[in-house]
Amino acid sequence: MIADLSFWIFSDYAVSTAIKLAVVMLIIPLTSLILVYVFLFKMMAFMQSRLGPMEAGPHGSLQLIAEALKFLQKEDIHPDNADKHVFALAPIIVLMSTFLLYVVLPVGPDLVVEDLDTGIFYAMAVSSLSALGVLMAGWASANKYALLGGLRAAGQLIAYELPLVLAVVGVVIQAETLSLQGIVHAQANWEIFGIGSGMPFIVTQGIGFAIFMVAAQAELTQTPFDMPVAETELVGGFHIEYTGFRFLLFFMAEFGTAFAFASIASVLFLGGWSLPFVDPTANWLNIVGPGVMLAKILFLSMIIFWVRFTYPRLREDQLQKFAWKLLIPAALANIVFTGVFKVAF
Amino acid sequence: MTATESAPVEVDVDTDEMIASRRRLLDDGKVLRLSEIDAEQVAGDIDDERMIINMGPQHPSTHGVLRIMFELQGETVVRSKPIIGYLHTGMEKTAEDLSYLQGCTNVTRMDYASNLFTELSFSLAVEKLLGLEIPERATWIRMLMTELNRMSSHLLFLATNGMDLGAVGMMLYGWKEREDVLRFFESVTGLRMNHNYIRPGGVAADLHDGWEDGVARLLAGLPKRLDEFDILMTGQPIWRDRTQGIGVISTEDAVALGATGPILRSTGYAWDLRRDMPYLAYPDVDFDVVVGTYGDTFDRFAIRLNEIRESMRIVEQCLERMPSGDYRTDDRKVTPPPRARIDESMEALIHHFKIFTEGYTVPEGEVYAAVESPRGELGCYIVSDGSPKPQRMHIRGPSFVNLQTLPHVLQGGLIADAVAVISSVDPIMGEVDR
Repeated sequence: MIADLSFWIFSDYAVSTAIKLAVVMLIIPLTSLILVYVFLFKMMAFMQSRLGPMEAGPHGSLQLIAEALKFLQKEDIHPDNADKHVFALAPIIVLMSTFLLYVVLPVGPDLVVEDLDTGIFYAMAVSSLSALGVLMAGWASANKYALLGGLRAAGQLIAYELPLVLAVVGVVIQAETLSLQGIVHAQANWEIFGIGSGMPFIVTQGIGFAIFMVAAQAELTQTPFDMPVAETELVGGFHIEYTGFRFLLFFMAEFGTAFAFASIASVLFLGGWSLPFVDPTANWLNIVGPGVMLAKILFLSMIIFWVRFTYPRLREDQLQKFAWKLLIPAALANIVFTGVFKVAF
Repeated sequence: MTATESAPVEVDVDTDEMIASRRRLLDDGKVLRLSEIDAEQVAGDIDDERMIINMGPQHPSTHGVLRIMFELQGETVVRSKPIIGYLHTGMEKTAEDLSYLQGCTNVTRMDYASNLFTELSFSLAVEKLLGLEIPERATWIRMLMTELNRMSSHLLFLATNGMDLGAVGMMLYGWKEREDVLRFFESVTGLRMNHNYIRPGGVAADLHDGWEDGVARLLAGLPKRLDEFDILMTGQPIWRDRTQGIGVISTEDAVALGATGPILRSTGYAWDLRRDMPYLAYPDVDFDVVVGTYGDTFDRFAIRLNEIRESMRIVEQCLERMPSGDYRTDDRKVTPPPRARIDESMEALIHHFKIFTEGYTVPEGEVYAAVESPRGELGCYIVSDGSPKPQRMHIRGPSFVNLQTLPHVLQGGLIADAVAVISSVDPIMGEVDR
């Protein structure tokens, strides 16, 4: 029995799974680190005629590590009236949904934790889990501002889940697969009327891309759709009562999810780790692929944060109107056109 | 929408409509006239979804320590009550123990975003009591400095208004431009705020050499930035959606509630003390009174943005036409003698000693002098009993009066609108609580 167990522990499957898990565990703090430093600290500062953090490390690059350490030293406070277990569980659920997203993201021909056949379906499903965590946080905090924020978040995440999924359907029709790895391969081998090889789907799915990015902006609760947190109205909304490590979890989840959504968008519309005119089965793409993917992700993240730092915030009713009256009809029309063209050509 | 007009819209203050308006404001139940505990009770009795929520005194959008108690139905504001007094420092009482020379040090700390206006109204009131004529150059310096102060105050408004609506970039752009104006203030008065620069009898110091370059640099740089603000906010669809038609107030209601400044002008009623009850040399300069049409948050924003442009016009004229001469009156009763004279003349030494110990006496009487501050009519009321200290000093603070419009414009809006509306009233709590 023990021999069996040790055999299992050192089996290829167990070792590779352990490595993959370790990578995923590391990647979320790492991605938040990159996004917060590059965009929240530096790009925002440069947009606003500031330098941003400059003291911790070269050009303040260690600032976030210093801040994370600060959060870890804080007392774990929860309000007297709070529902303790729900309050403690909420940030973990939000972060869990981010962790689960990374399971299906491919970064090279062989570099993927688990290439599920229903990859994109799975990704959309687990990303909605965060709405549950946010609602729990808002409800359990026993704070009126948090409650308002939690309810706003629930309404918003549900409303924008639809255009997000509908925008993906166009890509799925064109790629004829739900697997994210399959979608990358479909783009790497895709030709328009025999011209080009490895064109990204953004060429034909421009509307879908725009809808996806807008809906992702709302899913990530970034300005102009940041009513659930709305510092100047709800003073932080659902995470108003959180301090220290639990706040850090929310913070990491916010930027980890932003990174994950940018990667999903880059896989769906920009060809993921593949490059045009390059054989997608080439082994060297396992090394170059993650870099290619990172470049695309950073580009998309830049758009997300650029919009965030520029626009004022919408109001709750305007946000709902925007989703139901504009985004969803446009996404449905996109599906119809994609379907017609798919059958016709 | 703003337009410039030359004559005010005719509103007779005593019409039946006005009386009806006053009565309506009293009866319509927009103000939450209950203590918090009672309000909780009543709200719970009416509906489970009603709740009382306190915004402030520690809240990022209440501009300091304003506290507003909201009765909410979901996210809709039913009734509200502004609660003030968290910044009460007793400045009006303090004034009774300070000589007229020291008075400006005190009043300048009230409206900390536009300090020079309280100094100006205090000085004008004292000069009126003294019957003092001040030199022309002092008048023009005062006009130059207060108009620059109006610009810095409105830039601060643009910054906070942007931030309250979620445009974080706007906050820093506004602060940055304001900083340039403050830097000029520092070069003239030695301080960025609480200047104590305008004093009874003139100003504390003459403009320094090369001040023209400083002002010219301000005037050259700002128009481009204002055009950028137009792109970033005025013409921006989200910005318009968030501000147009929000927090609407009618001219009658605004007058009945005593609102002045951009709030009154946003309703289309062109009331500006600089033109309608002129002081300083305003009759000699050319400027327009900016008015709105709908009385909404957007109009109040646009009025302030365009008033910066009007102030720049006045500053430009000050720059061209600044007269030479003395920067303060040579009445030895008010102005201390120059240092050199003290060594020569016994009388000068006595004057110097008297001014800085006892202070100068002001004839018995009472007086009210009002100026158009960036927030509205800022008046200073002084009762003098003939001693060197005022018997009573009272400031008519525009923010204080404008705050009482809040419950009337907030009703029916969402909590997100409330933030935009509070921001558009632009209250400075130091002047509200005094």
